[in-house]
Amino acid sequence: MVKAIEAYGIPVVHIATVVPISQTVGANRIVPAIAIPHPLGNPALTHEEEKEIRKKIVNKALEALQTPVEDQTVFEWK
Amino acid sequence: MSKLRVVHYINQFFANIGGEEKADYQPELREGFVGPGMAFNQNKEFADEAEIVATVICGDSYFNENVDSALETVMGMIKSQNPDLVICGPAFNAGRYGVACGTVAAAVNKAGIPAITGMYKENPGADMFKKEVYIISTKNSAAGMRDAVKKMAPLAIKVAKGEAIGASAEEGYLPNGIRKNFFEKKRGSQRAVEMLIKKLADKEFETEYEMPSFDRVAPGEAIKDMSKAKIALVTSGGIVPKGNPDHIESSSASKYGQYDISMFTDLTAETHETAHGGYDPVYANADADRVLPVDVIKEYIEEGKIGSLHQYYYATVGNGTAVASAKKYATEIGKKLVDDHVDAVILTST
Amino acid sequence: MKLELGIIPISDIQFGPESKVENGTIYVNAEELKALILEDEALQSVELDIARPGESVRIMPVKDVIEPRVKVSGEGAMFPGVISKVATVGSGRTNVLRGSAVVTTGKIVGFQEGIIDMTGEGAKYTPFSQLNNLVVVCEPVDGLAKHAHEKAVRLAGLKTADYIGKLAKNIEAEEIETYETVSVKEGLQRWPDLPRVAYVLMLQSQGLLHDTYVYGVDAKQSLTTVIMPTEIMDGAILSGNCVSACDKNTTYHHLNNPVIKDLFAQHGKTLNFVGVIITNENVYLADKMRSSDWTAKLCDWLGLDGAIVSQEGFGNPDTDLIMNCKKIEAKGVKTVIITDEYAGRDGASQSLADADAAATAVVTGGNANEVIHLPKLDKVIGYPEVADIIAGGFDGSLQADGSIIAELQVITGATNEMGFNTLSAR
Repeated sequence: MVKAIEAYGIPVVHIATVVPISQTVGANRIVPAIAIPHPLGNPALTHEEEKEIRKKIVNKALEALQTPVEDQTVFEWK
Repeated sequence: MSKLRVVHYINQFFANIGGEEKADYQPELREGFVGPGMAFNQNKEFADEAEIVATVICGDSYFNENVDSALETVMGMIKSQNPDLVICGPAFNAGRYGVACGTVAAAVNKAGIPAITGMYKENPGADMFKKEVYIISTKNSAAGMRDAVKKMAPLAIKVAKGEAIGASAEEGYLPNGIRKNFFEKKRGSQRAVEMLIKKLADKEFETEYEMPSFDRVAPGEAIKDMSKAKIALVTSGGIVPKGNPDHIESSSASKYGQYDISMFTDLTAETHETAHGGYDPVYANADADRVLPVDVIKEYIEEGKIGSLHQYYYATVGNGTAVASAKKYATEIGKKLVDDHVDAVILTST
Repeated sequence: MKLELGIIPISDIQFGPESKVENGTIYVNAEELKALILEDEALQSVELDIARPGESVRIMPVKDVIEPRVKVSGEGAMFPGVISKVATVGSGRTNVLRGSAVVTTGKIVGFQEGIIDMTGEGAKYTPFSQLNNLVVVCEPVDGLAKHAHEKAVRLAGLKTADYIGKLAKNIEAEEIETYETVSVKEGLQRWPDLPRVAYVLMLQSQGLLHDTYVYGVDAKQSLTTVIMPTEIMDGAILSGNCVSACDKNTTYHHLNNPVIKDLFAQHGKTLNFVGVIITNENVYLADKMRSSDWTAKLCDWLGLDGAIVSQEGFGNPDTDLIMNCKKIEAKGVKTVIITDEYAGRDGASQSLADADAAATAVVTGGNANEVIHLPKLDKVIGYPEVADIIAGGFDGSLQADGSIIAELQVITGATNEMGFNTLSAR
C-alpha cells in the first residue's frame, strides 16, 4: 500500500510493528510500532502513559516525513 | 462433430529446409503437417479431436530480424486458415526459435485464437512469454520431442475447447505466476522430508514456491513546513466506524473504506472498532487510537504543530489480503489524496 | 524416550445408555458427558451431536478438533498441565481411538473459526470429513468476556476427548506403532554417517484465538525450547487458536503431526531424527528476533545438518518463518520450510508477506484465497450465518439456497502448514 501511494510522489511514513515486512514490501520511511494488536498503544500502561508513547511515535513519524531520504530508512524512537 | 482445425508454426530446421544457412527463410504456408506435426497427428488423444490442417514455416533469423513484417505475414497466413488452435514449436533450447514461437503464440492469443507453445525453461523465449501464453516445459534438445508432444497435445486440446486448466505442475507448463491449487500424490510433510533429503545430498530438488523479488519506488520529497502541511491517515489495521458499515471482510478484504473523521478528536469503543481478523481485536476495539492515532494528531493540530488533517481517513484489512488488491486500493486512495492536495501520509499497519 | 501407540480403529459413534468402546464403536451416554462439561460455570448449555463421513452435515464455526487418546502406561496422563497434572509424558503406551475426533463448536468467539463438511466439495479439503466426529456445541453464559469464552470451549473439548479416550484404556489395540528418540550421544554413536535432522515447529502465539499451550504454558510467554516428539503425541501441545481455519494447527494435528511421522519413517535409514524444537510467533518484533535467534542457536548446538520448519498462520508469521529459515541457513544447516499461500482469488499476487533468497526449498499447502463453492447440506450443526464474517467469507457468502461461496480459508485444516494434506499449488 505504501508504495502505491508514494508512487504519486506523496511522502508516506509507515508505522509498522513488523519492520522486516515493511522493508521487504518497500516502504521508504519506517517507524517501528509497539505490537501487532496495538501498534500505537500499550494496554499495560495507564491511559496517560499510553498517550505519551503514542505522541513519541507520531513525533518520530512527523520527523521522518520532514527528513529527506534516499534509501529505506528506519526511524527508531525507543 | 468436425475436428478442431490446427495451424502449426515451425522453423526452417524442423521443416527440413536447412540449418543456420537457411535461417533467413521467408514465411511460407503449406497445407497439412510438416516435420514434427506428424507426431501430433499421430498422438491418439490429439488426433481424436484435432488435425493439423496447415503449417507455417519461417526462418529464425528472418523472423527475429524483421519481427514486425514477419509477424504480420505469419499472422495473415494463420488467419487465412480459420484455425481453432495454433501450436508453435516446440522450440526446446533454440533461442531465436523460442522467441519466435512465443511472439507468434502471444499474437495469436491476442487475436482471440487459442495458442500454446513449448520450450526448455532456460530458453530466452520462456521468460519473455510465460505470462502471456502457456509454454509447455520441454527438454533442452529435439531428443525430447516425444515427451514434449505428449504434454503439449492434451493442453492444446483443453485450451482450444476452453476447458479449465490445472496447475502448472499438473499440466506441464512453465509456472506463469498464477498460483493454482491441486492435489499432489504425496502429503506435504512427506514432500518436505524428501526435499530435505535431496538438499542434504546436494541433489537437484524443485521448490514449490520461488521467492519473489520486490520492486521499489522512489521516496517522496520531505515536508518542509509541517505546520502548514495537510496530513492524511491510512491504515491496513481495519479501523472502521462502529458496526463496520461497509462490511469490510475480516480477511482477504475486497474493498477499503473512506470515513469522515473531521468531527472526532478521540476514537473510543463507542465510535470505532476493528474489522481485522488477523490479530486479537480486544485492544483496538477498546481504543482505536492505538491503531489510528487520531487523538494525538488532533492535539498537534490544535498546538499548530501540524497544519491540518485530511477530512477522511482510509482503512482496509491487511489480513490475508492479496498484495495486488492492496495495491489497487492504495492506487485509488493515492489518487484521491492527490486530488485533495494532501501533502503527506501516515500509514499504520498491525 | 520411547512411546508405543496402541491403535484402536473406530468406525462409528453412537449415543447409548452406557459410555463404552466396543467392536470399533464409541457409545456415549450424552447426559453423563453433558453434566461433566457443564461443571464449568462459564458454560450455559451444551449439546452433543454426531457427524459421520459421507453424511450431509456441515459443522460451523469449528473451534478445535481433538483425537481421543488415553495413557495406558508410562508417566503422566493426556493433556498434561491442562487436563491432567504436570508430568513428563511421551513414554510407555498410549491408546488411540483412530478414526474418531471431538469437534467443538457454538456461538462464534472470533473471525477465525472454520467449517467442516462431511460430504461434497468441502469434504475434499478437510481431513476431518474422514472421521467419526462427536460434536460438542457449547454456549457461554451471558456477558462472558471473549477470552473466557474461548477458554471454556477449549476446555470442554479437551475434557470430552479425555472422557472418550479413557473408555479405551483397557481395550486391546489392533496394531502397535513404536516411536523412539534416543539421547544426542547415542544417536551420534548409532548413526555416525547419517545427516542429523530436527523439526522446527512454529506455534501461533498472538493473543485471543491465536494461542498455543505447551504443558499448560502459553507459548507466547516461553522461549524457544526442545521437546521430544513423543511428548507431542501425548498431548503436550494444545491448540487454543484459529488463524484462519485453513492453516490453524488443531490439537488433532499436533497429536498426529505428519512431519514427525514422516521423519520417524526415515529415522535410522536416510537420516537421524534428533528431536523437535518449538518456537513461537509473537506480536512484538523483539520477540520475533529473539525467538528466531534462539531457534538458530539450538539448531547449531544440536549439530544439525538439516531442519524442516513448519509455520502456523500467515501474514506477520511469514516474517517469523523467513527469519527462522534465514538464521538457520546462516548456521550452515539446510532447511525446507512448509507454508501456505495468500496469492489472491486469481492466484496472481505475491503469496507470502515476507521473502528471502535463503528460502530455496519451500513446500506449500495451497492458496488459501482460492474461491470454493460449498453446496447446501441437509443439516448444519452450529451457525451457518457466520459464513459472512469468518476469515475467508464475505458479505453474501451464505447464499439464499444455503450454499456457501467463500475462500478456501474457511475450511478447517485445508491448507495445513504441517503438510497434513496433499493439497498444493504452483
